[in-house]
Amino acid sequence: MKVLVAVKRVIDYNVKIRVKADNSDVDLANVKMAMNPFCEIAVEEAVRLKEKGIASEIVAVSIGPKTAQEQLRTAMALGADRGILVETDEALESLAVAKLLSKVIEEEQPQLVLMGKQAIDTDNNQTTQMVSALTGFAQGAFTSGLEVADGQAKVTREIDGGLQTLNLKLPAVISADLRLNEPRYASLPNIMKAKRKPLDTKTPADFGVDVAPRLKLLKVEAPAERQAGIKVGSVDELVDKLKNEAKVIS
Amino acid sequence: MSILVIADHHNNELIAATANTVAAAQLIGGEVDVLVAGQGCAAIADEAAKLAGVNKVLLADDAAYDHLLAENVALLVKELAVNYSHVFAPATSNGKNFMPRVAALLDVAQISEITAVESADTFQRPIYAGNAIATVQSTDAVKVITVRPTSFDPVAASGSASVEPVSVTVQNAGVSEFVGEELAQSDRPELSAARVVVSGGRGVGSSENFSHIYQVADKLGAAVGASRAAVDAGFVPNDLQVGQTGKVVAPELYIAVGISGAIQHLAGMKDSKVIVAINKDEEAPIFQVADYGLVADLFDAMPELEGKL
Ligand SMILES: Cc1cc2nc3c(=O)[nH]c(=O)nc-3n(C[C@H](O)[C@H](O)[C@H](O)COP(=O)(O)OP(=O)(O)OC[C@H]3O[C@@H](n4cnc5c(N)ncnc54)[C@H](O)[C@@H]3O)c2cc1C
Repeated sequence: MKVLVAVKRVIDYNVKIRVKADNSDVDLANVKMAMNPFCEIAVEEAVRLKEKGIASEIVAVSIGPKTAQEQLRTAMALGADRGILVETDEALESLAVAKLLSKVIEEEQPQLVLMGKQAIDTDNNQTTQMVSALTGFAQGAFTSGLEVADGQAKVTREIDGGLQTLNLKLPAVISADLRLNEPRYASLPNIMKAKRKPLDTKTPADFGVDVAPRLKLLKVEAPAERQAGIKVGSVDELVDKLKNEAKVIS
Repeated sequence: MSILVIADHHNNELIAATANTVAAAQLIGGEVDVLVAGQGCAAIADEAAKLAGVNKVLLADDAAYDHLLAENVALLVKELAVNYSHVFAPATSNGKNFMPRVAALLDVAQISEITAVESADTFQRPIYAGNAIATVQSTDAVKVITVRPTSFDPVAASGSASVEPVSVTVQNAGVSEFVGEELAQSDRPELSAARVVVSGGRGVGSSENFSHIYQVADKLGAAVGASRAAVDAGFVPNDLQVGQTGKVVAPELYIAVGISGAIQHLAGMKDSKVIVAINKDEEAPIFQVADYGLVADLFDAMPELEGKL
């Protein structure tokens, strides 16, 4: 079974972003970039499926700038067999990304598509669901458990009240939540090997997809800062402050 | 303008965030209808009809919509959307599950988790774990939007709208099937709507030790939350995770215990009115957002706090 896994290049999750002085966007100049953490979990799941003999081939796809090759190489160092970069310097919206991924899916015909549940830059949490809608593949969003057998994927999903289990007919699109697995680190030999794995580059125009934005970004601002608080010296003082100053308990 | 709000419900209860979403929709100006889709959910529709300012409630009662399966709900909403300028849903796990599908089927963008309505086409939303607020303007014919409930005060339950069945043909995508659910049982208030939240982190150390958190929470009538580290370690179930990728809360009082204050955690709680941090490391970043910080070992402070409440 062929598995396609989508990866996004984003700001490293440890970096605290700054807003540009002219409020046009966040400042990403000279900021450390990495694979979106949820995409790492998706890649790990694909690799585990291959180790179990369920997946025969893993194709990693990224839609982004030329530098997103780094994230595809990381995916290949972790175990993907080849990579496809749909290169664009525009920061595409989820709908455009979903359309491009759907075209790649049409060409590649995977049985399973693994993605991260959300990218930690835009925090949209949309693309997987959109890919599912556009391809007609079954949807398993926010997945923390996955079993693939007999043409079906049994997914456990993290929902507001707890956990939900669904049976999905393959082909399916699945978005990884935090607790699906704990991603491994790439070993040095695998990083070297990954450099020789095939990486195809395409453009949105190759797929005839209109990627024009639907939203105008009018401004980006820093959130309101919280007023600095105080340290209290004891539990008594804390209780007193909560009762008599903040008046949030009685 | 006419706005369709998709109600969220679970286990025969209307999810409170629906009332916050109606409030956000009313800021657009125009008639607000509410769709209740599900199986055997007439009582939910009656409850939704009480939400103040709702024009009418549409009821889609069919096995295909049981458990709000994303594929089928999206097909339904897509059909209904032709009559509306906006489609809103709460950014709950259900709303996040089906709304992007609705947007894709309508060939429009989705605007996720708005925190303010500036005009009928312009909205604010947090990005980068809430470290920046983007103002975006939609150029799409239909605006498909999820709403962060904590950013809008809920409408009252003082209305009396009519309930009518929807008149669209049921479509069942037939690709997914509900198998079961494991729901955390709790008599405590629901985390996202609670007035007081007491959260524990890795510092709590074990699921047995979480009793320190529960005991103080019970004294305060509070909901219990947790950091990702506490959930990953199995101290508490997943639905208690507060943060960028968990639940967003904004209670009157948030007490963070043994939580360091990573940006991903702050993203889910920094809009709380009063924040208390109890941590033995005085350098912990949580103290930068806390109104009241207590540098102490939680195993001393929590029993004492419980005794003094
Ligand atoms: C993609 C991604 C998404 C994430 N999403 C979330 C999210 O939604 N929510 C979230 O919370 N995290 C999230 N995280 C994880 C986040 O980065 C932190 O790792 C996590 O919040 C840390 O949890 P913690 O504060 O409990 O643990 P730690 O950072 O280990 O902090 C434990 C704290 O407990 C204190 N402590 C220890 N013992 C005691 C004691 N006896 N008494 C008092 N204090 C004590 C320590 O001083 C320390 O400050 C995410 C991470 C990633 C990469």
